[in-house]
Amino acid sequence: MYTEKVMDHFTNPRNVGQLENPSGVGEVGNPTCGDIMRIYIDVKDNVIQDIKFKTFGCGAAIATSSICTEMVIGKTIEEALELTNKDVASALGGLPANKMHCSNLAADALHEAIKDYKNKSEQG
Amino acid sequence: MQQVYMDHGATTPLHPEVIAVMTDVLTNHYGNPSSVHAWGRDAKKRLEEARTSVAKLIGAQPEEIFFTSGGTEADNMAILGVAKGLEKKGKHIITSAIEHHAVLYPCEVLKKAGYDLTILPVDDQGRVRPEDLALALREDTVLVSIMHANNEIGTLQPIAELARIAKERGVLFHTDAVQSVGKIPVNVNELGVDLLSFSAHKIYGPKGVGALYIRRGSRILPLTHGGGQERRRRPGTENLPGIVAFGKAAEIAQRDLTAEADRLTKLRDRLIDGLTAIPEVRLNGHRTERIPTNVNVSFRYIEGESLLLSLDLKGIAASSGSACTSGSLDPSHVLLAIGLSHEIAHGSLRLTLGRINTEDDVDYVLREVPVVVERLRSMSPLYNQK
Ligand SMILES: Cc1ncc(COP(=O)(O)O)c(C=O)c1O
Ligand code: FES
Repeated sequence: MYTEKVMDHFTNPRNVGQLENPSGVGEVGNPTCGDIMRIYIDVKDNVIQDIKFKTFGCGAAIATSSICTEMVIGKTIEEALELTNKDVASALGGLPANKMHCSNLAADALHEAIKDYKNKSEQG
Repeated sequence: MQQVYMDHGATTPLHPEVIAVMTDVLTNHYGNPSSVHAWGRDAKKRLEEARTSVAKLIGAQPEEIFFTSGGTEADNMAILGVAKGLEKKGKHIITSAIEHHAVLYPCEVLKKAGYDLTILPVDDQGRVRPEDLALALREDTVLVSIMHANNEIGTLQPIAELARIAKERGVLFHTDAVQSVGKIPVNVNELGVDLLSFSAHKIYGPKGVGALYIRRGSRILPLTHGGGQERRRRPGTENLPGIVAFGKAAEIAQRDLTAEADRLTKLRDRLIDGLTAIPEVRLNGHRTERIPTNVNVSFRYIEGESLLLSLDLKGIAASSGSACTSGSLDPSHVLLAIGLSHEIAHGSLRLTLGRINTEDDVDYVLREVPVVVERLRSMSPLYNQK
């Protein structure tokens, strides 16, 4: 039911883990199924230098987390904010219809992490 | 790579002897059992021989066996057929919270049609409390339907005791025995049930064939109408290849039952001991009152579909009470009914053993599962938080 790309990212997820002193952290729960994703970002000069994730979720959730981190590493905050759930799903070659909600996690967690980073830097 | 099929609760491979008789019927015995000529008489004879074998497996009389298209149809026929037949007596049905959807949904249909439905809860091991049934029975109760063995967690219900309580109040008792027949001794008289559903593809027979046992004298109306087959209770030209194959599967199941139950219980207990040695895992269902073939465990911090995909990549076929695999997003109603939280119900794994499984398969599973669990936990945001 999953594309080869999904299975590749599921089997060898990129950027799994956490950052010691992240610039921002975002965590979201999927209201549809209860799955959870957390993203850590390290931002320097407005650019995402490093990114890590942890996901409690189905195969699609893990794969979308993985490809999402790959898509935004090295991007500016503004570029990263443009990433949508749809972009993530299509980068994986599509997801089964009943799995589309899974792609919501990645972009949402990323946006949360950026929000957290902005809050912190304003306060800082 | 090693291939290990441990999903016999979903379906079983055909037994080679079953394939042989089924092929023979498909090839050589194409007569319609209702025809008067030699072809028809030959088919009729095979049909009735199969009925006898199937009846024997559950200690019934052949005329109490009605062939159907499987467990689902048998369940529907029992519930909707009894409800229709006893419409004048009352409109109250009792079932349990952990039934298969083939029982729950027809009950829901009756509820929409104006019936009262009582769904009995279960304890944390998945057992219905007999005193709950005694309290739920009413003057207008027409049927109690409680499954023998649960398909997800393997828990066995105290059917004999529950059926006796219903009988004392003059209420018909149906049990879905799809997961117990062929795995443990099932005898309709010892259990004291009036109706019992079972299915060929769970006992190394073909898919799309099953039977409903109806105790002689029970009032039940047919759901479909047509020819005189199955004494008008289930009209339509019989699926002879499937039914003869079911008969063969029943004979083999009866012949091998004790030896297989002993062998599989040992494998099951090794699996349970090995898997529950992993930290933060729980066994779902009753430790001993469970079918010899079922193992169901929940691993904290991980999710079922990614567990199944990872095991599949290692050649292991298993299933899960997880939302993601069934297409529905709610966790299993069975795991929730035994009191698991959503999060823990998500991380469950069901391994169901069968005749093709060996000690070597168990070793392989016990080697691979901890690796997969560890890998997924290392990716889980819930794991470090504790
Ligand atoms: C407990 C139970 N009841 C009913 C069924 C349905 O049987 P069938 O697949 O033959 O329709 C199954 C199997 O999926 C089952 O496990
Ligand atoms: S089912 Fe929950 S994220 Fe996929």
